[in-house]
Amino acid sequence: MKPSTNIKSPGFWRLGEPFVWLTGAAMALVLILAGGMLVVVAGNGLGVFWPARLEQFEMKDKTVLLGAVTQRSAVRNGVAHSRLQVKVGNRDLSGADFRWIDADAVARTSAPPDALLVERREFGDFHGFLVRSATAGGVDGLRADWLRVRAEFAGVAELGKAVSKINDRMEGIRRDLLRLRYRNAPESGSAIRGCLARQAELKVEFDRLVAGQTRSLEGLRRHTATFRDAAGREKEIPLTDIVRFCQPNILGVGGKAGWYLEKVWELFFAEPREANTEGGLFPAIMGTVMMVFLMSLFSFPLGVVTAVYLREYARDGWLVRVVRIAVNNLAGIPSIVYGIFGLGFFIYGVGSGLDRLFFPERLPTPTFGTGGILWASLTLALLTVPVVIVATEEALGAIPAGVRHASLALGATKLQTLLRVLLPMASPGIMTGFILAMARAAGEVAPLMITGVVKLAPAMPLDGNFPFFHVDRKFMHLGFHIYDIGFQSPNVEAAKPMVYVTTLLLLFIVLLMSSSAILLRNRMKKRYTLGSF
Amino acid sequence: MSDTPLILPIENPVLKVSDLHLYYGDSEALHGISMGFPARQVTALIGPSGCGKSTLLRCLNRMNDLIEGVRVTGSLQLDDIEINDPALDVIGLRRRVGMVFQKSNPFPKSVYENVVYGLRIAGVGDRAVLDEAVEKSLRSAGLWDEVKDRLAESALGLSGGQMQRLCIARAIAVNPGIILMDEPCSALDPRSTARVEDLIVELRENYTIIIVTHNMQQAARVSDLTAFLYEGHLVEYGPTKRLFTKPLSPKTEDYITGRFG
Repeated sequence: MKPSTNIKSPGFWRLGEPFVWLTGAAMALVLILAGGMLVVVAGNGLGVFWPARLEQFEMKDKTVLLGAVTQRSAVRNGVAHSRLQVKVGNRDLSGADFRWIDADAVARTSAPPDALLVERREFGDFHGFLVRSATAGGVDGLRADWLRVRAEFAGVAELGKAVSKINDRMEGIRRDLLRLRYRNAPESGSAIRGCLARQAELKVEFDRLVAGQTRSLEGLRRHTATFRDAAGREKEIPLTDIVRFCQPNILGVGGKAGWYLEKVWELFFAEPREANTEGGLFPAIMGTVMMVFLMSLFSFPLGVVTAVYLREYARDGWLVRVVRIAVNNLAGIPSIVYGIFGLGFFIYGVGSGLDRLFFPERLPTPTFGTGGILWASLTLALLTVPVVIVATEEALGAIPAGVRHASLALGATKLQTLLRVLLPMASPGIMTGFILAMARAAGEVAPLMITGVVKLAPAMPLDGNFPFFHVDRKFMHLGFHIYDIGFQSPNVEAAKPMVYVTTLLLLFIVLLMSSSAILLRNRMKKRYTLGSF
Repeated sequence: MSDTPLILPIENPVLKVSDLHLYYGDSEALHGISMGFPARQVTALIGPSGCGKSTLLRCLNRMNDLIEGVRVTGSLQLDDIEINDPALDVIGLRRRVGMVFQKSNPFPKSVYENVVYGLRIAGVGDRAVLDEAVEKSLRSAGLWDEVKDRLAESALGLSGGQMQRLCIARAIAVNPGIILMDEPCSALDPRSTARVEDLIVELRENYTIIIVTHNMQQAARVSDLTAFLYEGHLVEYGPTKRLFTKPLSPKTEDYITGRFG
């Protein structure tokens, strides 16, 4: 009789090998997709700030272009030939700062050593050559002039700070006046007269400072240098308009690295310029981090306490089951719906109510009745709280009954058991939920667009003016920034590098926040779950 | 022989159970149990699985409250206090009636914090008092010499037997008077079991111990009195030596000589 199965060589199928391959392949696919996206973002984002070689293209039709090649593509219409996309800059002179050229139409290519890359406050980069500056000595002379002007310009910026401070105080007085008049204080009373007098005083000071500022700026703007583009047209640029400049074709690696670091520094700590396509992302970074922080402040305690009630106190009946199903489904609601709810409930409902109660004198100008970081955070808290609830419930449920019984048998109350034993033991699991919630909140854009995110916030939610933390203010956000400059910008080509950089930065921030939370979680894990039960 | 009662009456019991009925929903698990537990003696509860011995034990510190749908009637007296009184301070009761479970269940805290847990939740914060309690309890539990240098380390790093003795130390740290033990050795190896059994005999000097066990040799080794329960009835209760050598009830005899012995 022949045995039904061959034990000695069970074969490929019997060992379940195909299933192992299938699971491995699924994991590999996920890794490739996620990794591919990261590679694309990092590859495009990391190189943005490295000063590119400026090439001079002499075309067969006798025109000359100076620029950096940003893309190459093959075109096949009959004959195969390639096209180049060149960033030529000089938006003010030639209209467009990106140009597609046919490789066949180029007569000669060179890299002139004296080609200048000038980053300006307006009109994007200038590519060209120095004709003359006030101080002789070519580029070195230009640099000396520029540094001097920049130092003076910093002084004017200080003046600007004083102006904005006075502005804030005038705004305060304006509100005081509004309040007094709303309460029907007599126009001739000391309160209103005092306010008016102070307002007049400040106005004089304000006008004086602004005039001084304008005068010094005008004076500074008289310092200029003359440049010439590749076609020979001359352009006079005020030195105050120049952010930085270099000669990329002769700049060494050290110089390029310096340029790169300067740009990265600017990215992290400076304000955006040129409709957000240049300059820094500081307000957006701050806005994102603070929004996530505020969101955690609401969602974390609310979620944990709700889960504790559901798991520890509520009698397990149909009501609890319905609540649990509802909570799980909350996580599946499209985020824009949360945004609309936030707009209707928090902003128009709660916010307007607050305005009517506390700031009636300012109406119809809303204070809390309009989008702000507080409402955006609350909306996101609502969106992330199911994740925290589910994670906390799971973590509490995973604690062996013996531990609860041990605590209760020692005469502990339910609350003592919760606070001293159960919550610490559940903390790693709760942290996992928290990490997921945080990552979700940091990457969410849709609900924010209608609850308080703006393209350019005039003031940040956190600043040096009392009460320092202004939760009613609108704010900037990296996710919205990506959408805005990537898809709403009039000059999409110029904004593209910034889109990559912003995406990279957002990923980096999420990674930073998650990994610190993971670190914390691992520490808790080590502390509370060594060994097994 | 004939005048020996099936259920031994106890003079001045610390714990007195009278006509105790317990229902899980509609099904009755304990059918009118009446017995007394003498002070500073070890009483063993034996019987086949599902006979109600653990249920009876959990009545004594109201741990059955944690199970939904349990209803208890009858009287349970600790000194003059009625344990079944719904208005009773269960927290206070559990401080006087400690419990050790089948599976050792130390908290994921240090050895020290495990022992002082009961004191801390009772509001004791004085370091000197806590230190003293730790040493005293661990010495009583015969664990002091093994763990005195690792009090700050996690209790979860101890061996199974050490963990169970730590749980005993944790229970006696609050000075309970009565200790309930629910099959304390069933998850331990023979050597650890022997240590815990020795410990039970030592603790008898100061504490009233009621132990549920599956292991009849263990009941014979450690207890002074033994109660045999069968299907929710107390069948026989008497001095251990007598019960194991000359059982009065045929059911008891079947059990101690039968399949489970």
